[in-house]
Amino acid sequence: MPAEALLELEDVHTYIGQHHILQGVSMAIRRDTVTVLLGRNGAGKTTTMRTIVGLLRPARGAIRFEGRPIHGRPPYEIVRLGIGFVPEGQGIFTTLTVDENLRVARLGTEAESREREGQLLALFPDLERFRHARAGTLSGGQKQMLSIARAFVNPNRLLLIDEPSKGLAPIIIEHLVEALRAMKRHATVLLVEQNFAMAQALADDFYLIDDGRTVQRGPMASLVADAALKKKYLGI
Amino acid sequence: MTRRALPLAIAVGLLLLPLAFIEPRVYLTLTIAGLAMGMLIFLVASGLTLIFGLMDVLNFAHGALFSWGAYVGFSVFLTLNRQLGWADSPSVGLNALLLLAAIAATMLVAVALGVLLERIIVRPVYGQHMFQILITLGATIVMEELIRIGWGPNDQVMPVPFSFQGSWDVADVIVLRFPIVAIVVGALVYAAIAFVLARTRVGLIVRAGVESGEMIQALGHNIYRYFTGVFAAGAALAGLGGLMWAIFSQSVRPGMGGEQLIFAFIVVIIGGLGSVTGSLLGALLVGLSYNYVAFLLPKAAIGVNMAIMVLILLLRPSGLFGGGK
Repeated sequence: MPAEALLELEDVHTYIGQHHILQGVSMAIRRDTVTVLLGRNGAGKTTTMRTIVGLLRPARGAIRFEGRPIHGRPPYEIVRLGIGFVPEGQGIFTTLTVDENLRVARLGTEAESREREGQLLALFPDLERFRHARAGTLSGGQKQMLSIARAFVNPNRLLLIDEPSKGLAPIIIEHLVEALRAMKRHATVLLVEQNFAMAQALADDFYLIDDGRTVQRGPMASLVADAALKKKYLGI
Repeated sequence: MTRRALPLAIAVGLLLLPLAFIEPRVYLTLTIAGLAMGMLIFLVASGLTLIFGLMDVLNFAHGALFSWGAYVGFSVFLTLNRQLGWADSPSVGLNALLLLAAIAATMLVAVALGVLLERIIVRPVYGQHMFQILITLGATIVMEELIRIGWGPNDQVMPVPFSFQGSWDVADVIVLRFPIVAIVVGALVYAAIAFVLARTRVGLIVRAGVESGEMIQALGHNIYRYFTGVFAAGAALAGLGGLMWAIFSQSVRPGMGGEQLIFAFIVVIIGGLGSVTGSLLGALLVGLSYNYVAFLLPKAAIGVNMAIMVLILLLRPSGLFGGGK
């Protein structure tokens, strides 16, 4: 394991029902970096994220956070170690208000969380404006901002963000990139992203996943320069 | 029409409609009886809707918890009346104390039974509706048989505290006393649940959990602890409902919970799965319509509840306050 790795996956296998989805995923996420997990639809990116956070239990392999094994532990224990999760499709509570969505995520003291919420609301002014509106009434972009903000309410050291740009307009994606840039100063980020331009703008490192296996890794700049690799695994 | 205006319009319309066929004084008496019946059904349905909404569990043993509540309250009433004469005493204070003692004992026993049921019977079958139905029906049979072994198989007369017997005559309108107590208890329970859900952190997490239990876990909350808590609270409400119904109907019998469970399920579906306010409104609709129709067309009394359920589901498939989970 590289000395600076915050999160490490070692030959992780995960089944969903009878389907063998992850068939050997290995990764080492360096501290204070943004790592993007890339791959075609159905390659196993979301399953990897859900396995890390404990929503799926790996059948084989090991997952370590700051050197401690976390595989097999329930999600609420894993998250409390300092991992924030932004699921695909946002996962916000549509019947609660924006404020309640943020409050339900608080794990520390109210004073600590309020200070962080202040920073977040400065970053996402729309959330302040609609603070007492039902989250279900927000636009797609605002829901995504809320989902990301919610993962940042606690002083998490690792953020797992699954396809934040999915279904969003280009102008909203630009705003999202700026927000994530600001956040990467405070936490290590593992990002699943289909939008290659966004991945390129944010990521330091990349992992390529195909048929449930990690097939390539390296600095993001090397992937940007490798047209053959992009064509083979991403079809671009 | 807004989301909240439609159910209110239906409620007010149904409330006033029988005035066209019933004399006003009788209408008021029936309305009070209907509100009391509605509040008693609400006590059962509120626990059921929270358990289904948060845990996605179809708890058919809810009726057995209702029966246990009735019998525990029955024992407290008998014991305290034999030893201290609290039920026969004309003192309102002693009668109220007796009711409070019975409520406390009933809810404690129901909470204990609820925790045991959730941990031993329900937890292994989370997410498997067919197994939930079978195993909770099995638990119902066992719990009712235990009542028959402990208290006997026959109907027994529930002693009603002296102050809760009879009626008041208010401007020629007969107002039965215990239904007023039932309405007050039901309103207090609704206010307490609404306060916990709206104003406390536990309530916030439960409301969020009703929408997505998985996401609640991914935010660092042990959903199973909340499952146990909600199941225990639901059991306590079922037990309280059983006690109050036993006083209302002045009798206890082992299978009484099963009969009320049908009303409770109708109410939960009408109100929308997981909505306590929906359950209150649904319970009042069922209680009132049952009483009005039983007066006008006795044979159609139960059928009218089914008709209301079908009508509301046709208009709003997720129920009056359902989020469409």
